Amino acid sequence: MAITLTVNGTTHTLEIEPDMPVLWLLREQLNLTGTKYGCGIAACGACTVHLDGRAVRSCVLPASAADGKAVTTIEGLAANGPLHPVQQAWIAQQVPQCGYCQSGMIMAVAGLLAQTPPPTESDIDARLTNVCRCGTFTRIRTAIQATLRTAATAATTEASAPSVPPGTAATTEAAR
Amino acid sequence: MNKWTRRAFIGAGSITGGGFLLGVAGFTFAPSRHSLVGDDAAARGQLTTWITVTPDDAVTILIPHCEMGQGVPTALAMMAAEEMDADWANVRVQEAPALDAYANGYIVRAAGGDFIPASMARGLDYASFKAAEWFGFQVTGGSTAVRGTGEFGMRVAGAAARQMLVEAAARDWAVVPGECTVAKSRITHAASGRSTTFGPIARKAAALSVPSRPTLKDPNSYVLRRTSVPRLDIPAKVNGTAKYAIDVRMPGLLYAALAMAPVNGGQLVSVAPAPAEGMAGVKKVVRLPNGVAVVADSFWRARKALAALTPQFSDAGHGGVSTASIFAAYDTALGAAPSLPSGAAKTVTADYKAPFLAHATMEPMVCTAKVENGRAEIWTGVQDPLNARSAAAKALGIDVEQVTLTNHLLGGGFGRRLPFTFDYVELGVLVAQAMSPAPVQTIWTRENDIQHDYYRGAAMSRHAGALDADGRPLAAHSVYTGGGNGEAVSMPYDIEDMDADEKKAPHHVRNGQWRSVLNSQHGFFKESFVDEMAHAAGADPFTFRRALLGKAPRFKAALEKAADMAGWGGPLPKGEGRGIAICESFGTICAEVAHVAVAADGALQVKHVYAAVDCGDIVNLDTAKSQVEGGIVFALSAALLSEITIEQGKVVQSNFRDYPMIHLADTPLVSVEFLRSDAPLGGLGEPCVPPLAPALTNAIYAACGVRVRELPVKKTPLVRA
Ligand code: FES
Ligand code: FES
Repeated sequence: MAITLTVNGTTHTLEIEPDMPVLWLLREQLNLTGTKYGCGIAACGACTVHLDGRAVRSCVLPASAADGKAVTTIEGLAANGPLHPVQQAWIAQQVPQCGYCQSGMIMAVAGLLAQTPPPTESDIDARLTNVCRCGTFTRIRTAIQATLRTAATAATTEASAPSVPPGTAATTEAAR
Repeated sequence: MNKWTRRAFIGAGSITGGGFLLGVAGFTFAPSRHSLVGDDAAARGQLTTWITVTPDDAVTILIPHCEMGQGVPTALAMMAAEEMDADWANVRVQEAPALDAYANGYIVRAAGGDFIPASMARGLDYASFKAAEWFGFQVTGGSTAVRGTGEFGMRVAGAAARQMLVEAAARDWAVVPGECTVAKSRITHAASGRSTTFGPIARKAAALSVPSRPTLKDPNSYVLRRTSVPRLDIPAKVNGTAKYAIDVRMPGLLYAALAMAPVNGGQLVSVAPAPAEGMAGVKKVVRLPNGVAVVADSFWRARKALAALTPQFSDAGHGGVSTASIFAAYDTALGAAPSLPSGAAKTVTADYKAPFLAHATMEPMVCTAKVENGRAEIWTGVQDPLNARSAAAKALGIDVEQVTLTNHLLGGGFGRRLPFTFDYVELGVLVAQAMSPAPVQTIWTRENDIQHDYYRGAAMSRHAGALDADGRPLAAHSVYTGGGNGEAVSMPYDIEDMDADEKKAPHHVRNGQWRSVLNSQHGFFKESFVDEMAHAAGADPFTFRRALLGKAPRFKAALEKAADMAGWGGPLPKGEGRGIAICESFGTICAEVAHVAVAADGALQVKHVYAAVDCGDIVNLDTAKSQVEGGIVFALSAALLSEITIEQGKVVQSNFRDYPMIHLADTPLVSVEFLRSDAPLGGLGEPCVPPLAPALTNAIYAACGVRVRELPVKKTPLVRA
């Protein structure tokens, strides 16, 4: 069956079986290998991408469910612009160890933080169920807090000076 | 293989850049030095090369270790750059190719030689670092990287490079080398006012002979070490560009999915390929000695087709084995509790059990291979590329010289990707051989990974201790089974009569090295038992231990530090408790305090873990901290939740649903402090694992009065007394 989907801003039409998970479609058909396989049963989050802006586990998302939709992967999170605030915080806090879970982790966190109102600590605890075998959670928590603080400061600044330069915040928002 | 380089990709084994290469620490031990450097080496000024300096001032450091998350390449490069006085901004790092001349042992022997102090000897025995085994190994494991390669290889190489560069500059200027100073890649002769950076002088320096005993820096004069340097591998790990073995792509690549004999030792009896053969994208059903693979043009298709097959496997006679039967055999092997000297005022006995554990590295096992005309090319992720290369050659029955192996970033190692556990490489090349000349990527599913691991051994220990009338321990004896060694079972305490005796009760479940090797089981056993002795003596577990550490000042200092960090002895609400434990492994002493809360309904919350770590000295402060934090979370996940069980000879668990991990919400606060003792450098990736489980269970006892003697903790109901 022909599936048409937009990935990181580019539209693709692929002739594939409808039950092929988006994870393998991305990794094998489109060579976007940043999205990782960890369990294949929605139990680890390594494969997290955004589907129309919402964080989803692509290993159990059939291609047919992405037909006509927009997918953002880790490769598209920053597009060609500056790194997403979550990516910046990940570098500042030196979060990754082996790094294998981190694409999914960053996409899950970016998806969570895109919500309004911003998630509370317990929302984050309840909803961030990605696995990291290297045990980077202590730094993940610090990095999320740092991102939330930066976002809060930015919001205050924006409120007093609403003229955001085009192509910065707005672009990032769209990329989510 | 282009990794860690910040501004330029450098192909492995082919350092170019139009420069003059300063080779340091020649390989008089390398058997194939000439074939290593190639015919044009002399023209390019290339010696056997660990450090190269190009005219643009770039310093490139080759690292014979892989990156599996510990930041080893960054730390090793820091050690060389410190001795060189190189400007860190100009340092690049590259993984050494999988060639014999780059085996870890060579850099240590060639560069280090008699620098290796006698005090390392014990570490050498315990880690996979035995002198006798050096040949053919390029291992990243046993916490050896920084303390072996770094301390006795990279440091010496860096110091030699500095000396050669200074010598070359001094000759140019006709001054005495000793009058020159070096800082941030700049050599200065103050009296004559002359100065140069490394680049312009590198060609002349490369022509000098390599000093065999360069002067190493006084550790008190370090400027780079002990600081926090951002890891070189991190930027690629936040934007999806970091390449792991599973990310290898090439034209015509096929993918294979595997089913293996569920009982270890079993073989493929039969498989009818027909149901898979007609399916979309399927190329071939490949029979393997102990499994079957379906090869297709996509992994998803291969997996779907594999599910249509009903292969039959033998069970090698192990079909009746279960976890219960294994532990029953352990119990029998242990026999009666060890005997104690007479005259004790009080005796304590206890049994402890630790389960089989899977590594469950986040990236499952993957091997890509292309086999053609008696040659093989392999792309994979291993903790020892050289050994993996030999394993592949052996599996294919070809000469090792006919095999090239390109290593990739590891999506976690934890001991799963070590020598003698390269089944995924062996199976991968066999599948590729069957598909020759097509390249094939064999991907293990998580189910394959959990069910066909080399498990942390299940172990059991039986203890007996004696106290005198004042509560002082007179004796502590134990018998154990399921594996152990001198380091794992030994205790630092000043108890006159201590011994630990091994009993054998073999089984068919394959065991391997799991982060901290045998120390994770025995750390739990021995530090639980000491705690039980303290309580039996009516003593505080911290002061009880401290009183026994008078002759072990490093242990005492670490114990006191951890207690101090945790506010030991301070008041806590009802249902909360602190537990302490201390273990030495891989040359590092780590004391940990866990602070937990047990609710009235038995729900456990781990609130805070404090770690005081004496690994001699540290290299990259922030990375060192992250290793300890990660080790604690890794150990906590295992201690709370993890257990591999066996039924009918097979592993029961199969994925993260029945082999669960802790998540963000379960993660306690973690505080880490280092003690600088200037003892020989110890490891960091592993030593913080063993004390966690006993600190945790000791804290649970303090909080609710339930003594957990079997891991994981979830098996014991916690009912608050
Ligand atoms: S691979 Fe999708 S959740 Fe684990
Ligand atoms: S960084 Fe290794 S699994 Fe998360």
